Amino acid sequence: MALQNICGLKSHSGQGVFGTMTSQHPSRIDHFTFGSKCQEFALPVGADPVGFLKACSGENGVSIDLNHGTTTLAFKFRHGVIVAVDSRASAGDYIASKYANKVIEINPYLLGTMSGSAADCQYWERLLAKECRLYKLRNKERISVSSASKLLCNMMLGYRGMGLSVGSMICGWDKQGPGLYYVDDNGTRLSGRMFSTGCGNGYAYGVVDSGYREDMTVEEAYELGLRGITHATHRDAYSGGVVNMYHMQEEGWIKVCQEDVSELIHRYKKGMF
Amino acid sequence: MAARYDRAITVFSPDGHLFQVEYAQEAVKKGSTAVGIRGKDIVVLGVEKKSVAKLQEERTVRKICDLDEHVCMAFAGLTADARIVINRARVECQSHRLTVEDPVTVEYITRYIATLKQRYTQSNGRRPFGISALIVGFDSDGTPRLYQTDPSGTYHAWKANAIGRSAKTVREFLEKNYTEGAIVSDNDTMKLALKALLEVVQSGGKNIELAVMRRNQPLKILESKEIETLVEEIEKEKEEEAEKKKQKKSS
Repeated sequence: MALQNICGLKSHSGQGVFGTMTSQHPSRIDHFTFGSKCQEFALPVGADPVGFLKACSGENGVSIDLNHGTTTLAFKFRHGVIVAVDSRASAGDYIASKYANKVIEINPYLLGTMSGSAADCQYWERLLAKECRLYKLRNKERISVSSASKLLCNMMLGYRGMGLSVGSMICGWDKQGPGLYYVDDNGTRLSGRMFSTGCGNGYAYGVVDSGYREDMTVEEAYELGLRGITHATHRDAYSGGVVNMYHMQEEGWIKVCQEDVSELIHRYKKGMF
Repeated sequence: MAARYDRAITVFSPDGHLFQVEYAQEAVKKGSTAVGIRGKDIVVLGVEKKSVAKLQEERTVRKICDLDEHVCMAFAGLTADARIVINRARVECQSHRLTVEDPVTVEYITRYIATLKQRYTQSNGRRPFGISALIVGFDSDGTPRLYQTDPSGTYHAWKANAIGRSAKTVREFLEKNYTEGAIVSDNDTMKLALKALLEVVQSGGKNIELAVMRRNQPLKILESKEIETLVEEIEKEKEEEAEKKKQKKSS
């Protein structure tokens, strides 16, 4: 304990060798509520990711900017929710994958989109899927979209400032009807009728905002989703590949299509090329 | 035989009993009676009030407590143990609202309380909670619910139930008198709860505390005047029943 005093460590009960409370004694009743109460990852003693990242951003020379290289969009309309994403995974200037899957199918009534760091999104949203499945087993009913997005948001807040990069939209249909939430690594959680994330989002917003009508038919909505992503991939270097589009209906989601953006852009810009 | 197996509760007896848990259930049987009834749009809890000493303020000890805006409970057994359980349940209700953005369902908080109780039947150096609880409330879809937990950590859903001193008598009364017709209106459900308690409580309405919860409304504890009014109605109905029987006999 003398070493602990020298290092200035506060000793909490339940603290393991590493700094955070990672041990979950199986007989604790908290474990059957929501796992987000305890941190997922142990941090080594003395590690301070928040301070490190603060030092790395801005005027101090080294700048680590975490870009959300992608375009995803989702909007609610009369007949449900349309979710459309691109499929380019980029590592700096290098295209790591043309056909990355940026939508996680949590259950037949819940979808999650991913933008930002591929690893972070994939890990945390799969963890969210695990929590949603456990919720259904424990409570005998599907989790609501509001609760699912809140769980993801709590996970993000646990590691706030430590360099996670997640921009996600949780989309689903529950007892309260269609639901659409935007959740990001700052812990922001917003409910809304339309969101677009990723560095191509500006282009997508422009297209969808000008083409959106509440009383669109299903076909028109599909077209709008395709256009939004296509125009964004055309202008944004970090978006491309194919458009994966889903339609969230009362009976669950359906995958509408998977279309290559290079073919779509020629369709929309006839005469330009 | 029993004397050797009731020291540490983590020990089973050879014939499969956990004696501490059974002793806790005996403690519950010593507590004052509580009854819970699930109506169509209302849930009712009634408890037998212990007579207070002359200098004691009447309303300091409440046996019916709310756990959240839409859930409340009554207990039978050790009041001090109940205070701990109620506190933990209240915290859990708010914690659930914070983590999940939704109020708890009645089943969820019952499961939480039951799991809490079970934990205390499986640790060293701790004794089980000496209370049974009746947990009532409405889920967010409007369904009324009534659950009962006991010291062993099991829970069941009920249409109507009683716990405590004369639980058996009250339950038998309820089994005979709980029909769809008896709970047709909110008033009828309240009267059924009162009638059930009057079977076993001496000195009538003065020693009964009644609380009701309606859909989307907070817990309401009835004042003694309102209880008296209901008791008078019950008396009148009894007299009318007796009159009708007399007339039938004479004709």
